[in-house]
Amino acid sequence: MATNIQLRQIVKAYGDIQVIHGIDLDIEPGEFTVFVGPSGCGKSTLLRMIAGLEPISGGDLVIDGQRMNDVPAAKRGIAMVFQSYALYPHMNVYQNLAFGLETAKTPKEEIKLRVQRAAEILQIVPLLQRKPKQLSGGQRQRVAIGRAIVREPKIFLFDEPLSNLDAELRVQMRVEIAKLHNDLGNTMIYVTHDQVEAMTMADKIVVLRLGVIEQAGAPLELYNNPKNLFVAGFIGSPKMNFLTAAEDGAGLKVAGNMLQLPRAVAGATTLGVRPEHITLLEGHGIKLADVRVDLVENLGGQTVVYATTADNQPINIVLEGQRAVELGSTVAAYIDPARIHLFNAEGTAI
Amino acid sequence: MTARSLESGAPATERAATPSLWSRIWHNDAPGYLFLLPWLIGFLGLTIGPMLTSLYLSFTDFDLLTSPDWVGTDNYMRMFTNDPKFWASMRVTMFFVVFSVPLKLAFALAVAMLLNRGIRGLPMYRALFYLPSLLGASVAIAILWRQIFAGDGLVNKFLAMFDIIGPSWISNPKTSLWTLIILSIWQFGSPMIIFLAGLRQIPTDMYEAASLDGASKWRQFVKITLPLLTPVVFFNAIIQTIEAFKSFTPAFIISGGTGNPINSTLFYTLYLYQEAFGFFRMGYASALAWVLLALVGLFTAFSFLTSKYWVHYDE
Repeated sequence: MATNIQLRQIVKAYGDIQVIHGIDLDIEPGEFTVFVGPSGCGKSTLLRMIAGLEPISGGDLVIDGQRMNDVPAAKRGIAMVFQSYALYPHMNVYQNLAFGLETAKTPKEEIKLRVQRAAEILQIVPLLQRKPKQLSGGQRQRVAIGRAIVREPKIFLFDEPLSNLDAELRVQMRVEIAKLHNDLGNTMIYVTHDQVEAMTMADKIVVLRLGVIEQAGAPLELYNNPKNLFVAGFIGSPKMNFLTAAEDGAGLKVAGNMLQLPRAVAGATTLGVRPEHITLLEGHGIKLADVRVDLVENLGGQTVVYATTADNQPINIVLEGQRAVELGSTVAAYIDPARIHLFNAEGTAI
Repeated sequence: MTARSLESGAPATERAATPSLWSRIWHNDAPGYLFLLPWLIGFLGLTIGPMLTSLYLSFTDFDLLTSPDWVGTDNYMRMFTNDPKFWASMRVTMFFVVFSVPLKLAFALAVAMLLNRGIRGLPMYRALFYLPSLLGASVAIAILWRQIFAGDGLVNKFLAMFDIIGPSWISNPKTSLWTLIILSIWQFGSPMIIFLAGLRQIPTDMYEAASLDGASKWRQFVKITLPLLTPVVFFNAIIQTIEAFKSFTPAFIISGGTGNPINSTLFYTLYLYQEAFGFFRMGYASALAWVLLALVGLFTAFSFLTSKYWVHYDE
């Protein structure tokens, strides 16, 4: 049975310096939650507080209805996969996997069984007698995950587990972790600064900045309805275009062009539009602006156009397929009015 | 490849003009050797030269005043078959090595672990604890030690506060060697500094992973700290063992150069000194020195051979 986690006004302070400012969050049983945010946003600190590796300065951590603030890390039913893998270099893979179970004085036969089972799930059976230094980065990562699996925890925590892997392996391991979550059904919390990982793996994304939650929700909810400029800019790749906007009567003036939008624009100072929601095809939506093409990248499946508006605001456009766009030319960019985002002077979505 | 082909394809006259090896060394390497010369002269004149001389002398009967007489392996034969003091000094030295080295290392590690807990004023404590290592082998400290462990020394004055009459620790053959072992342990600063550096190399996330696994502090120490520290333990053990075999000054000062009571502090080096400068048996003393060198060499070789079974190197 999966476990739910509740954070109630969680605070972390080092002396007088507060780094986590009263976080409230509910993580449902079996949910794959991703903490995402730029460096220094407090995502790893929050994870470590849940793990019991950092004392909680204020608020309550509740797991399955039990307050866990003062419960030792080992008794929270949690296993964690570290960014550095934290494998014991003097032990072979089997011993690494068995360490936690031996510590818990699990009978030897059961240890053998559980290690074997975890090794089979992660396809590392042939590696059991090897030392960590004889393994590749991906294999080490599997062993680190295996060490978590054998303990059969209620909750899995991952602290940027893929950041030491190359791009190809990262994609492969990402898929495997997602599959593992589907198979095991445990509650998992995953920390990353990579928004692509967050979007592809999460049931719920928690976007953090400077120790506060900017927005939490399903990946597409954050993508489609970002609450503020920060979330809008952080979620999505390439990132959302932001253009200075000014109210003009019932319309909105953007890049010297007057937009008539079928929605209220009062207070809007910034218009946001994702690069993939802009087109160069006339008749598809309303005209956003004339833009000068500075650079074109043909990626095969997509064409990325880097352009500038008449008032020198940069704008990126992602077009489907292979498109011939002339460098230095001025072209008209069109948008679907339903897919734009408006923000007021405080950066909050309107 | 291209450069090599060009070179091999050069005309014979050009090849002949290539400077000779000696000329190349002279022109290219001479400045290097020149800078090396002060050390080289010292090494050859003060290390290799005396070593080879002592090797030769170990096969002679030499009293410093007359020419050495070649006696073959007589000195070595006498040492192993007809010299009870040799065996007595060997016993004392082995006892000293076997007890002082592990105790000193254990104490150094314990203090290093204590200092590794991120306490305030660490540099000050580190310097304070290192101080005995700088002073420890000096004559002054050995004299101080004699005062501390003498019949009316500080230790007995302290015991007297509890109505305990202590013996003269230095004059008692059962305790005299232990005072030297304690003196040796007191000089724990050098291995402690190295242990401290080793402890700081162990990633904290290993301890965090272990604590999530429920490992107690003791289990973390036994299963993580010690194995990951084995390269440092290995290094310290070798250095300290060699130091212990070479130990001389404390025993010389505390026993007044005699190795008494009843040869209980007759360190091997002290016996060697007595033979060389007390009885002027330089040939025999040289043989003793070479046996010590062989013993230390054997110990070091054995340590290296067995290290693959217990020393864990990471990457």
